[in-house]
Amino acid sequence: MIELRDVTKVFPAAKKGSGAAAPAVDGVSLTVERGSVFGVVGHSGAGKSTLLRLVNYLETPTSGTVLVDGQDLGALGERRRREVRRSIGMVFQQFNLFRSRTVLGNVAYPLRLSGLGRAEARERAGEALRFVGLDAHARRYPEQLSGGQRQRVGIARALATEPGVLLCDEATSALDPRTTGEVLDLLRRVHGELGVTIVLITHEMEVVRSLCDHVAVMAAGKVVESGGVHDVFSRPAHPVTETFVRSALHDVPDAATLDRLRARHPGRLVTVPVGGGEDLSRLFREHDVDFTIAHAGVTEVQDRTLGGVTFALRGAERDVAAVLARLTAGEEVVAR
Amino acid sequence: MKADWNTFWVKVVDATGETVYMVLVTLALSAVLGTAVGLALYATRKGGLLRSRAVFAVLSALVNVIRPVPFIIAIVALSPVTRGVVGTMIGTEAAIFPMTVVATFGVARIVESNLLSVEPGVIEAARSMGAGPLRVLLTVLVPEALGPLVLGFTFMLVALIDFSAVAGTVGGGGVGNLAMTYGYLRFDTSVMVVTVAVLVLLVQLAQLLGNFLARKVLRR
Repeated sequence: MIELRDVTKVFPAAKKGSGAAAPAVDGVSLTVERGSVFGVVGHSGAGKSTLLRLVNYLETPTSGTVLVDGQDLGALGERRRREVRRSIGMVFQQFNLFRSRTVLGNVAYPLRLSGLGRAEARERAGEALRFVGLDAHARRYPEQLSGGQRQRVGIARALATEPGVLLCDEATSALDPRTTGEVLDLLRRVHGELGVTIVLITHEMEVVRSLCDHVAVMAAGKVVESGGVHDVFSRPAHPVTETFVRSALHDVPDAATLDRLRARHPGRLVTVPVGGGEDLSRLFREHDVDFTIAHAGVTEVQDRTLGGVTFALRGAERDVAAVLARLTAGEEVVAR
Repeated sequence: MKADWNTFWVKVVDATGETVYMVLVTLALSAVLGTAVGLALYATRKGGLLRSRAVFAVLSALVNVIRPVPFIIAIVALSPVTRGVVGTMIGTEAAIFPMTVVATFGVARIVESNLLSVEPGVIEAARSMGAGPLRVLLTVLVPEALGPLVLGFTFMLVALIDFSAVAGTVGGGGVGNLAMTYGYLRFDTSVMVVTVAVLVLLVQLAQLLGNFLARKVLRR
């Protein structure tokens, strides 16, 4: 549905003579299948915002190809490109609603752009507002709504023309946790009930965990890792990915927690992933090692359980070492 | 000879009418022309929707040349052009021409700076929906900036009342002319007081109207 082939974007240097700037997006290739929810995660400045704007050609790539439904956007004229944009909805971190228009007027705007008459545009806008549960607020102005409501208006506006794709630019980053949950629920409905393909960028791995099926991790303009969400969460390969995964899973105690645990538990600490299949009780019994559970973090990722349990082991030094050797033979164990 | 107020008030009413006529015609013309120039300045600047270095340079140079010239100098300097365009250098119509020229570039800067204050995010949103540059200018930027624009136009309206009085002193007609020929040249204090009062009143009305409209647009 969407395919980027070796796409690079270099912004011209702010001042002449200050040399070539580092590319904001650097040779990225990725494919978003129809019907998937694709997350792009990265720290700020990693290039995800630019990447998203390359998909609908709001930014023109310096090199590389952007294909939407098999059409090379770079080969199209600006006029045809505008038509393609009408089939791609976009929502923004700061909502970007028109202050001069009512809620209904905001949602009707893209419909008017696509050539609908006033009455029909208003009717279709009303339907879109009903979908996001804000039809009662149609006559209000954006500044009279809460942040979460504004974002729902933004989503209704982006969906009014019934696009096949929705691009979300940090759609929940300006919202508090509860409202974030509401907006994520809405996006889940957009995907589930309307079958819209979603590409979202975020710096919150939690958003990826709860919504996406595919994820690409960006750092310094490059995609450093990508794949199915469950695979990436269970086996992060790149250090940046690892940091993001840990932030959502909490399966391994971080450095500060570890210090606290060490102070309380005199034995060796070892973190074992849940669902590893190893019979731990037998292992501990065989080597005559006692344990207490010091820490645990467990999360659902794509309807599967991921997480880790940290044991404090007590016993003869030789026995504990033997247990550790057996555990670390399985590659997913973090021993300390 | 002092003014006989039993008959002189007719002159005051006529002169006020001329002033209002000059100001409103000039406002209408300069609003249309100035908005066009302002939109062009905004759109053609670096990073704008229709960037064009040449157009921007020409317009910007024009604005920068015309804006700093004091109005009284502009009237005199433009007078050969005025004669060419209007056919005469005296009277109400002859005053409207230089007033329109100067006001157009004033309006242009007001429009440009108010459009620049619109959040880039809404422009991006409109573009993401497939709006072309002209659509974005007219259906997003102008409505989004309308409140401050109304206040800017009010500012221009008040300045035009000032301009019209200046134009009056050099043969432009209106209240300014009255103040000059009767109040100043004949040392008639009563005419001076009345004309000043009329000008103050006109400015007040203009400001009230502008504030009212701006409040309506801004919903405050």
